[in-house]
Amino acid sequence: MSAMNVSNLTKEYLVKLFAENKRFDGRKNFDLKDFQVEYGVSNKAEGSARVKLGKTEVVVGIKLQTGEPYPDSPNAGNLMVSGDLLPLASPRFESGPPKFDAIEMPRLIDRMLRESGFIDLKKLVIEEGKNVWTVIVDIYPINDDGALIDAASIASVAALRNAKFPGLHENGKVDFDKKTEERLPLAEEVIPLSFTFFKLRDSIILHPTREEEEACEAKVTFGVSYWKGQYMVNSCQKGMKVPFTRDELETISKMLPEKHEEIVKTLRTKLDENQKA
Amino acid sequence: MENEISEVQETSEAIPETKREIVIPGEIIVSGDDYLPGEGVRREGDNIVASKFGLAEQIGRVVKIISVTGSYVPRRNNVILGRITDVLHNGWLLDIDAASSAFLPVAEVPRYINQHEMSQFLAIGDIVSAKIWSIKGRGIDLAMKGRGLGKVEGGFIFRIQPSRVPRVIGREGSMITLIKEDTGCNITVGQNGWIWIKGESIDQELRARKAIEYIADKVNVGGLTEHMEAWFKDN
Repeated sequence: MSAMNVSNLTKEYLVKLFAENKRFDGRKNFDLKDFQVEYGVSNKAEGSARVKLGKTEVVVGIKLQTGEPYPDSPNAGNLMVSGDLLPLASPRFESGPPKFDAIEMPRLIDRMLRESGFIDLKKLVIEEGKNVWTVIVDIYPINDDGALIDAASIASVAALRNAKFPGLHENGKVDFDKKTEERLPLAEEVIPLSFTFFKLRDSIILHPTREEEEACEAKVTFGVSYWKGQYMVNSCQKGMKVPFTRDELETISKMLPEKHEEIVKTLRTKLDENQKA
Repeated sequence: MENEISEVQETSEAIPETKREIVIPGEIIVSGDDYLPGEGVRREGDNIVASKFGLAEQIGRVVKIISVTGSYVPRRNNVILGRITDVLHNGWLLDIDAASSAFLPVAEVPRYINQHEMSQFLAIGDIVSAKIWSIKGRGIDLAMKGRGLGKVEGGFIFRIQPSRVPRVIGREGSMITLIKEDTGCNITVGQNGWIWIKGESIDQELRARKAIEYIADKVNVGGLTEHMEAWFKDN
């Protein structure tokens, strides 16, 4: 924990660097990290993906279960997102009851997925009011070098795309030994993604490294999707003490479509390979 | 035992060419009464057994292990960089990336400090270079009396693996001199793997950091100083 706190020197230096649109790793303020996707990393899960965003690494597994629907939505499946910040991912993370960040991460991913309509929950009904599919998204950070939420969002989308339904017994229970070729009912063009912008003094950066994230004073996360020909902000969460100005938020929102497209472009080529496999 | 690294590793001390083997804990390095266990090894009956992962080395009769990874193990007289984490009435607490935090007493600072205004001299988050004065059971004591020691101002701090520090310094400082000359930056390398860089322009400072991170990344390359001379031409 202690060693991860940034020194006064480095913080002041980062202020100077960002003002010149420079970063320690040679990127510009809004440049994205390189990312790699690997599918089917877990053979017990119905779908899984490992995403490396720079040095940040996240594994997401999808489990599918059957169960009763919630009383307020008898004709829709359930979506559950859970995740914990494992101590293996970073010296900052301690084991024990989840703290603020560990509660925030899965909730942000949940809202991003749910509000975008990426998963057509209505199609997950087996018997209305009695038996529906529950989609469980489990997020496991393997290494945290900043931008963990953004990496988790890419991994969640990739893992959902990778998932296949297991077989069903006649009594409506799941037969995990039987695998079908049927994939989840996903809205192909939507692709929800999270973008977390960090602010240090007057500069805003995207996809920070650990040391940059430690130095920053405010953050704001947007869940963005592509819906019927236009980009939508589905969720938004501001964190830490310092406020964002209206101008800054306008700059960010103008940038969102471009950054979304950039990631989707890479993701799609990799998704297509996955669909073939 | 096949992984022998025969080429000389650059260290700050000049060590004659020796055979080095990668060993894992529990591995028998040598057998016989002729050998003495050094750092990171223990004697079990006739055998000298490794206690940690690293490169086993024999110098004369002594067998020791040089870490290739792992956290910083403080040693007396090491010059380190540390970050102030707390201001007490009689000194400062520092984080030096070791297992325990270090204490810098006011008396070990070579100037007069008003006890009521200690954070005017060193505040939380400030970086200092200091020397390890003593290591006792209750903690690590530092001193700041000496040339080049004191509060670090300007530039920036970053960290590398402490086990790579000898490589970054090079034999008799050859590597660090090369980097300093090429980039024109002031560089201080703490034994705990913290490195401070301050130069004339941001580009030169970033270049110096890139060079050092490149060296820290190349674990088993021989003749690294020559390699880096070429690197500086290419980058």
